Amino acid sequence: MSLWSRISNAVRSERLNREIDEELQSHMEEAIASGRDPKEVHRAFGSALRARETSHAIRAAGWLESLVADARFGWRQLCRNKITSTTAVLSLGLAMGSCVGAFRLIDALLWRPLPVANADRLYSLSRSGIGFNGTFQTFDGWAYPDFKLMSAAAKDKAQLIAVSFADRYDITYASDEEMEKAYIQYVSVSMFSVFGLKPALGRLLTEADDGVPRSAPYAVLSYDYWSNRFGRDPSVIGRTFRMGNDTFQIVGVAEKPFTGTGPGVVTSIFVPVCMNRWFAEPGSTWHNTFLIPRPGVPLEPLRQQLETVSHAFEADRLKGAQGAPREIIDRFLNQRLNFESASTGVSWLQSDYRKALNTIGVLVVMVLLIACANVANLMTAQGAARAQELALRVSIGAGRHRLVQLILVQSAMLAVCAAALGSVFAWWAAPFVLSAINPPDDPARLFLPADWRVLCFGLALILCVILLFGVMPALRASAVRPASALKGGERPHTSRRMMHSMIAMQVAFCFLVLFVSGLLVRSFDRLGHRPLGFSSDRLLLLEAVAQNPQPPVIWDQMAESLSNTSGVEKVALCGWPLLAGGAWNSYVSLNGGPPGSILAFGLTVSPGWLDVMKIPLIAGRDLRTNDASPGQAVVNETFVKTFFEGESPVGKSYGMWRHKYQIVGVVADAPYRDLREAILPVVYVPFHQVADTPKGALLPGDRATFVVRTVADDPLALAAALRRKIADAHVGLRVSNIRTQTEVVRDKTIRERLIAMLALFFASVALLLVAMGLYGVLNYSVLQRRREIGIRMAIGSPRSRIIRLVVVNVFAMIGLGACAGVALGLESARYIESLFFQVKATDADMLALPACAIFLTALVSTLPAILLALRTDPTELLRAE
Amino acid sequence: MAKTDALQGSLDLLVLKILSRRPRLHGYAIMAAIANTSGEVLRAEEGSLYPALHRMEEAGWVRAEWIKKDSGRRARVYELTAAGKKQLGAEESRWQSVSLAINRVLREA
Repeated sequence: MSLWSRISNAVRSERLNREIDEELQSHMEEAIASGRDPKEVHRAFGSALRARETSHAIRAAGWLESLVADARFGWRQLCRNKITSTTAVLSLGLAMGSCVGAFRLIDALLWRPLPVANADRLYSLSRSGIGFNGTFQTFDGWAYPDFKLMSAAAKDKAQLIAVSFADRYDITYASDEEMEKAYIQYVSVSMFSVFGLKPALGRLLTEADDGVPRSAPYAVLSYDYWSNRFGRDPSVIGRTFRMGNDTFQIVGVAEKPFTGTGPGVVTSIFVPVCMNRWFAEPGSTWHNTFLIPRPGVPLEPLRQQLETVSHAFEADRLKGAQGAPREIIDRFLNQRLNFESASTGVSWLQSDYRKALNTIGVLVVMVLLIACANVANLMTAQGAARAQELALRVSIGAGRHRLVQLILVQSAMLAVCAAALGSVFAWWAAPFVLSAINPPDDPARLFLPADWRVLCFGLALILCVILLFGVMPALRASAVRPASALKGGERPHTSRRMMHSMIAMQVAFCFLVLFVSGLLVRSFDRLGHRPLGFSSDRLLLLEAVAQNPQPPVIWDQMAESLSNTSGVEKVALCGWPLLAGGAWNSYVSLNGGPPGSILAFGLTVSPGWLDVMKIPLIAGRDLRTNDASPGQAVVNETFVKTFFEGESPVGKSYGMWRHKYQIVGVVADAPYRDLREAILPVVYVPFHQVADTPKGALLPGDRATFVVRTVADDPLALAAALRRKIADAHVGLRVSNIRTQTEVVRDKTIRERLIAMLALFFASVALLLVAMGLYGVLNYSVLQRRREIGIRMAIGSPRSRIIRLVVVNVFAMIGLGACAGVALGLESARYIESLFFQVKATDADMLALPACAIFLTALVSTLPAILLALRTDPTELLRAE
Repeated sequence: MAKTDALQGSLDLLVLKILSRRPRLHGYAIMAAIANTSGEVLRAEEGSLYPALHRMEEAGWVRAEWIKKDSGRRARVYELTAAGKKQLGAEESRWQSVSLAINRVLREA
């Protein structure tokens, strides 16, 4: 009460003074009215001002009053130097906004705990060791039968949860014509109880829905999907949808905060694991395994126990395995089981973007430091210019802490203005960057709440920023010595020295930002211009599925019919598009021997596919209509190099997938599933696959991609017509996805493009800030040394000497900073090597580029100061003195 | 801040006592009441009365309010709060013990 009234009195201090005056006045009138002598009354009161001051001090909080006064004064100071203040606020605001934006993204993806009970004790199980491809790897996929065994073994010590990777599936609510996509996660039903989730509507899956394959066609919607797809319609309970051959009934909606276990994807529908087609398959690893230990259970013995169980399971499974050499199987069996903390969930977005986002985070911090250094220099310059005012304040009794407060308040106001601007920027930037992460038709989704975490970060950031740019100048300015300052002879060297060291720091950080950005941009450039080996122009990809597997002849007829559409040049079939991410591999056996230790990859293609893709044939022939798989194959050059050491392989045979194939042709290399990896040995086998029976009937297929080369430049123009044609044929085929090959290729470089774009942006900001900083510091130092320059000119110093005088220190600092930057850059580049593609940190041009950029920037930004120095007119200057 | 001299404590006591008997007095009336009841022996100085009043207001012992006087001017009147009453009791007993002690010294010395 009392503190509050003192605070409010401090804010309305003028009014308080009036009230005190009025009360005293009324007292005097009363006294005079009661017959006392007016003079005597006035004398009794003493100085009216003093009485007011005394009462004022009692009734108002003094510290706050001085703060308010400082704020008013600081505001006036900021307004007086409009241009510098605006520049400072803009640059700081941009930097702080970027920081908060980066924090929001990194926090939402990597740091924020899942909104479930026991998130802090949640572990993800993975295995690491030498994998089938001969390199060390960690994999977190599990087979359900293995999970079952581990779950039973750990019964009393921990609860295990199986959650599939969230995948996009085609589902239909009404007729098959209206197919739509939804993110489905298969979950073991224990997930809901272990995570302590409650239904927002209906019920969640229960233990009764577990166990027997295909026994529980029930589904729980996520709140987000319920809102977006059904407008929160409560009558959704009981509705059914179809996915594949199963019809699911919606039984409930999960509570709002829970969106699945993988940040980056918002799951639409949760269905029980028993509905998964690989539920009972011991060889299919299709789900994550989470573990929550019961309280007080030590982890290491539990880990060893599960490792033993899993080893036994795999050993049993691979007992009679023939597809791979024994030592590779043994190596695989020797993998170590790991518990990794999974309080933030597990997702591909996390693993893909962890390094990239952290890199951007570091760049952003560098930019912030550069901006802070700029503002610190600005404040120092202002402090030096205000030396006389501050000296006056000291001489009439202001303590040093009052001066520090005066300047810190001004810094705080700058920081708060910048923070306001920055929060607007962050508000826009974080969702913008997020939307650029995935292809536009399937965007990555993260919830970016502006809650206490972001708020705390923002406040901490403001505090840090004030400390970074405010404290040093405040301390320096408050150390003013009145006697010398009022004489006008304060030595300027100390503040200049500080500004110069700031310049060195800025240049070092700027170099780092430019260097890393250069590497990232060059990587993207190299990746984007990597030779494809096929032509992606005018290629439309229609990914089609069949409700029930259809014989190859149906697919062939459909392709034939599509190629007769006007505007279509050629059509071919393949299992899935190149670079779409699909893979199918096996060890290769030569000369009828056992399988070797190198993996080769395969793709089923129809005759003419090579021609449609424009992959050049190097030897032999293309596949023919009567070729089938197993049987004939076309291989790429890398395959020949790997397995036939360059000799002509046409006509020779090899074994894969436990079958024999005869090589009928060799084609040029093309990237198979990813742009970043080296070319793999690839075999193209006929789309017609024969059954593994003596009769060898052709196998029906349930999915394939029609590859359409169009006549017109925009292949998507034909998309609707082709989709209709497939639907109208009524042969049980449906189009599940239409893309162009160009899009598919572009999606492969999406992360590189994003970080290159961001890095480029921050590099330009950093360069701009450094230019501004250099200009400001040089200009200031020239202004301060005018007298010296004037005198030097007057006694005949040549212009070159003057220029040297002005810039030599600064350029020394730039050199120093650049050297530090090189060291910093080379060191930090090692941590993000995995983001680079065909570019090395030690490449001379990668180091030269940022150095040149900084040097040029320095030249340009020092020019005005040099001109200012050269234009100094000694006579005018000395007259003014 | 006002100086704390020996009289400070007794001024608080006098003001609180006056206000406990006659609520809603303005500063001049309090001063006049002290002079009257003490038979013109005790006189509160204006220069210390108002700081004392304001201090007691901030401490929450008295509550102030503006009223319109007949002359048309405003006056600020004070009255005791519950905390003030408690404080008065404490001040009174303190005064009693101090004056008793002083009397004892005067008698025995």
